[in-house]
Amino acid sequence: MSILSLFVLIPLLTITGIMLSRSHNMVRWVALTGMFAQLITSIIVLFSYFAFREAGFTTPMLFYQDIEWFKTLNIHYTVGVDGISVALVLLTSVVIFAGVLASWEVEYLQKEFFTSLILLATGVFGFFISLDLFTMFLFYEIAVIPMYFLIGIWGTGPKEYSAMKLTLMLMGGSALMMVGIFGLYFNSATDGNFTFNILEIAKVYIPKDVQLYFFPFIFVGFGVLGAIYPFHTWSPDGHASAPTAVSMLHAGVLMKLGGYGCFRVAMYLLPEAANTLGWIFIILSTISVVYGAFGVIWQKDLKYINAYASVSHVGLITFALMMMNKISIDGAIIQMISHGLTTALFFALIGMIYGRTHTRMIDEMGGLMKVIPFLSVCFIIAGLSTLGLPGFSGFIAETTVFIGAFQHHDLFHQIASIFVVSSIVISAVYVLRMVGIILFGPIKNEHHLSLKDAKWFERLSAGTLVVAITGIGVAPLWLFDTIKESLIPIVERLNGFGNLYTHIF
Amino acid sequence: MMNLQDFLPMRHEILLLFVVVLILLGEIFMPEKSKHYLINISIILFFLHTIVGFLPVQEGKLFGGMFQNDLFRSTLKNILNIGVFIVFLQSSAYIRKEENKGKISEYFLLLLSTLIGMYFMISSGDFLMFYLGLELATIPLTALSAYDKYKNISAEAGIKLLLISALSTGVLLYGVSMIYGTTGSVYFTDVATNFGKDSLQILGFIFFAAGMGFKISLVPFHLWTADVYEGSPIGITSYLSVISKGAAVFIFMIVLYKVFASITEIWNVLIYILAVSTMTIGNLFAIRQNNMKRFLAFSSIAQAGFILLGIIGSNTIGITSTMYFILIYIFTNLAAFGVVSAIYNASGKEDMRDYNGLYKTNPKLCLLMMLALFSLAGIPPVAGFFAKFFLFTSAASQGYYILILIAVINATISLYYYLRVVKAMFIDPNDNPIPFFKTDITAKIGLVICTIGIFVVGFISSIYEVFSKLTTLL
Repeated sequence: MSILSLFVLIPLLTITGIMLSRSHNMVRWVALTGMFAQLITSIIVLFSYFAFREAGFTTPMLFYQDIEWFKTLNIHYTVGVDGISVALVLLTSVVIFAGVLASWEVEYLQKEFFTSLILLATGVFGFFISLDLFTMFLFYEIAVIPMYFLIGIWGTGPKEYSAMKLTLMLMGGSALMMVGIFGLYFNSATDGNFTFNILEIAKVYIPKDVQLYFFPFIFVGFGVLGAIYPFHTWSPDGHASAPTAVSMLHAGVLMKLGGYGCFRVAMYLLPEAANTLGWIFIILSTISVVYGAFGVIWQKDLKYINAYASVSHVGLITFALMMMNKISIDGAIIQMISHGLTTALFFALIGMIYGRTHTRMIDEMGGLMKVIPFLSVCFIIAGLSTLGLPGFSGFIAETTVFIGAFQHHDLFHQIASIFVVSSIVISAVYVLRMVGIILFGPIKNEHHLSLKDAKWFERLSAGTLVVAITGIGVAPLWLFDTIKESLIPIVERLNGFGNLYTHIF
Repeated sequence: MMNLQDFLPMRHEILLLFVVVLILLGEIFMPEKSKHYLINISIILFFLHTIVGFLPVQEGKLFGGMFQNDLFRSTLKNILNIGVFIVFLQSSAYIRKEENKGKISEYFLLLLSTLIGMYFMISSGDFLMFYLGLELATIPLTALSAYDKYKNISAEAGIKLLLISALSTGVLLYGVSMIYGTTGSVYFTDVATNFGKDSLQILGFIFFAAGMGFKISLVPFHLWTADVYEGSPIGITSYLSVISKGAAVFIFMIVLYKVFASITEIWNVLIYILAVSTMTIGNLFAIRQNNMKRFLAFSSIAQAGFILLGIIGSNTIGITSTMYFILIYIFTNLAAFGVVSAIYNASGKEDMRDYNGLYKTNPKLCLLMMLALFSLAGIPPVAGFFAKFFLFTSAASQGYYILILIAVINATISLYYYLRVVKAMFIDPNDNPIPFFKTDITAKIGLVICTIGIFVVGFISSIYEVFSKLTTLL
C-alpha cells in the first residue's frame, strides 16, 4: 500500500476514535493526535519525496499506486504526488492541525464538530493525492458537504443563509465540473478504452473544438471554489459566518482546491483551450483581485475584511496561472501555500480575539496591543505577510507572480498586470488601517482591559502558522525546489501551443 | 407433453403464489385471536422466498414465448424482492395497530399479488402477458391505497389511483392495439421485426409510452402522484414510489430496447423531453412541499427524471446503471420512508416543521435520514453518488452533454430541498421537539438493512460488474 493512502486512512481512523470517545476532553485529544500524526506523515512524505528525487526517480508522480475499482468503466483508485501536491498536502496538514487547536474550546455538539471538520480534511487530502478524475471528484464533494453543517450548526450571524448559499454554489460548481469530466473521459481514447486517469489523458491529443467546449465547464467549475469573479459571492458570507477553524480551513485550504483543479485538470489536460480562452479568465481574475481589494476597504467586520482579502488573493492565484509561464505559475503555487497559511493565521487570530472581546467590529476595539501582546504580534505578522512585506511568505509569492506577469510584452497582459499590482497598495491601506485601529488605537471598551492573553493551545496554533509563514519568507528556496521539477512538463505543455490570443489586442 | 419440470423457469412466480396461498390459508383457518402472528409469518415466508430467488435459475421460455426467464430477468425480480422485504419490515408496526386488526392478511395478500403481476411484466414475451401483469400489478394497489378506509384522504387516494390506472391502461392498450394492427402480432420479437416508421406505428408507440409514463409518474403524467402518496398508508406509499416505479422502469427499458429498437432515434427525442420536464417540474414542486410524504413524492418524480438518463441512448452502460440506480434507490428511498414512517407511528406527525430539533432527541434516526437524503441528492461517499454518476456517464457516452448539464443543475436544485429537511433536523431550534421514542424491532431491522445498502452498495464494484455482465441477456 502506498504511504499516500494513509492520508485518507488516518482521518478516517481519527473519526472512528472520536465516535468512540467517552469524554469531552478525550474527543479533542483524539482529534489532535490524529491530525498530529497526519502532520508527521506529510513531513515524512516531503522528505522522502526529496530523497527519491535525489536518488534519480524521474517519473512525474511518486508513491504511485493504482487499484482497479469499477472495471467496466475503467475507474481506478489512483494516487500519486508530485512536488505541487506534496507542498499542498503539507499545507493542509499544518492548517488542519492549527485548526483543531483553534477549536479546542468548542462545547456544543463537540463530537459532531470534530467529525465534520476532519471529514472535510479527508476530502481535501484525498483530492490532492488523487490522479483519477472520478476519485478526485468524489473527494471534492466530500470536502464540500461538511461545510454545510459546520457553518449551519456552529456558525454565527446569518449562518443558515450563508451555509445554504455556499453549499449550493460550490455544488453548482461541481456540477459544471462533472460535465467537463465526462467530456474528458469520453475523449480520452480513440479505441473506446476511456480512462479517468489524468496522466493517461495527458498523453492523448484532444481535438481543439472539443477542448474549447469543455474547458469553460472545468475551469469555471473549479473557479467557483477559487472565488473567481462573478462566482465569489459565497465566499464573504460563508467565511464570515463560519466558526474559526472552518474559516481557516476553508479559506486556507479548500479555496486552493479550486486553483489546483484549474491548474491540474483544466489547464494541464486542455492546454490549447487554455491558451485560446485564457484572456477571459485573465479579465475575470483581474476583476477578482481589484474588486476584492476594494471590497475590503468598506468592511468593518474583521471576518468580512479577511474574507474579501481572500477573494483578492485567491484571484491572484488564478491570474498567475493564466499568465502561463514558468515564473508566474511558480508564483501561483507559492501564493497558494502562502495565502493558505496567512489567511489561516488571520482567521485563527480573529476567532481568538472575538472569543475575548465578543465583537468583530473594528470600531469597537482598540489598544489590544497592550492587553494581549502575543495575539497582537501574531496579528501584525499575518497583516504584514498579507501586504507582502519582505521576510514573510506573502512577499515571495507576490513578487514571483508579478515578475512572471511582466514577462509578457503585449499591451493586454501589461495592463492587466498593472491593475493587479495596484492591489498591493490597497491591501497596504486596509491592513495598516485595521492594525492601527484595533491594536494601537485608543481603548474603546473598558472591559477589554482585563482580557487574558493566549492560552497554550492558542499559542501552539498561532505559533505553528507563524513559523511556517516566516520559514517560507526567510528560506523560500526549498519550496521552489519542491515544486520546480513538477512544473516543467505542465508549463511546456501549455507553452507548446503558443500564446494564440495575443494578436487580438 | 408437459411435466412439472417445464415450469421451472416460472419458479419465482410459482413460489410467490405458494406464499400467497399459505397466507390465505392462514387467514381462513387461524383463530381470530392469533391472527397477528400472520404478520411475522408473512414476513418470514417472504424472506425465505427472497433467499430462494437467489438460487441459480432455470432459463427458458414458456407458453410459446409468452413467458421467458433468464438470469437478467430473475435478477430484476430479486432486486424488487429485496425492496418488498424491507417494505414489509417497515410496515409491520403499522399493521399491528388496533384499527387494522380485521385486515391483516389482506395487506400482504394484495401486496404480494401486485408483485406477482410485476414478475409477469418483467418476464413477458408479448404484449398480452405484459398487459395481464400490468393489471395485476395495479388493481390491488388501489385497494391498498384506500387501506385506511375511515380516512377521507386515503379513500380519495384509492379512487384517484383507480381512475388514473384505468385511464393510463386504456391509453396504453389503445397504443398496443395500433401496434398490433400494423404489425399483425403481439409477440415482442415479431413486433420488433415488423416495426417500421409508419405514422400509425409511431402513434401507437407514443400511446404506449404515455401509458408507461403514468406508471413511472413522468411529467406531464404525474398529477396523481402527490395526492395518492399523501393519502395512502406510508408502507404503500413507499411501495408505490420504489417497487412499482422500479418495476415499471425495468419493463419500459426492456420493451424500448427490444421492441422499439428500430425507432431508437425517435424515442430518444421523447425520452429527452420527458427527462427534462420530469426533472425540472419534479424539483420545482418539491421545493414548496412541507408534508414529508408529498415532499418525497415530488422528489421521487425528480428521481424518475434522472433514471431516464440511463435509458436514453440504449447502451450497456445505461442498462447496467439503471439497474444499479434502482437497487440503490430502493435502499435509499426506503430508508427515508422508513424514518418518516417511524416518526409518524410514534408521534403522528409528518410535517417538515415538526422535525425541527429532532437531532437532539433522536440522533440515530436523523443521521440515517441525512444519509438517505444525501444519497438521493447524490453526495459521496454514500451510494447515491455512484448511482447518479453512472447514470450521467451513460448519457454522456451518447453525447447528451446538454441533457447532462440540465440534469446536474437539477441535482444542485434538489440538494436545496434535501438540505431543507437536514436543516430542520439539525439546525432549526425547537423548544419542544418530538420526544425520544423507540422504533420497533422489525422496522429497525429494515432500517439497518437500508443503512448497510446505502453505505456498501456504492463501494462494491462487483455488484456493478455483475449487472454489467447480465446486460447481454436482454
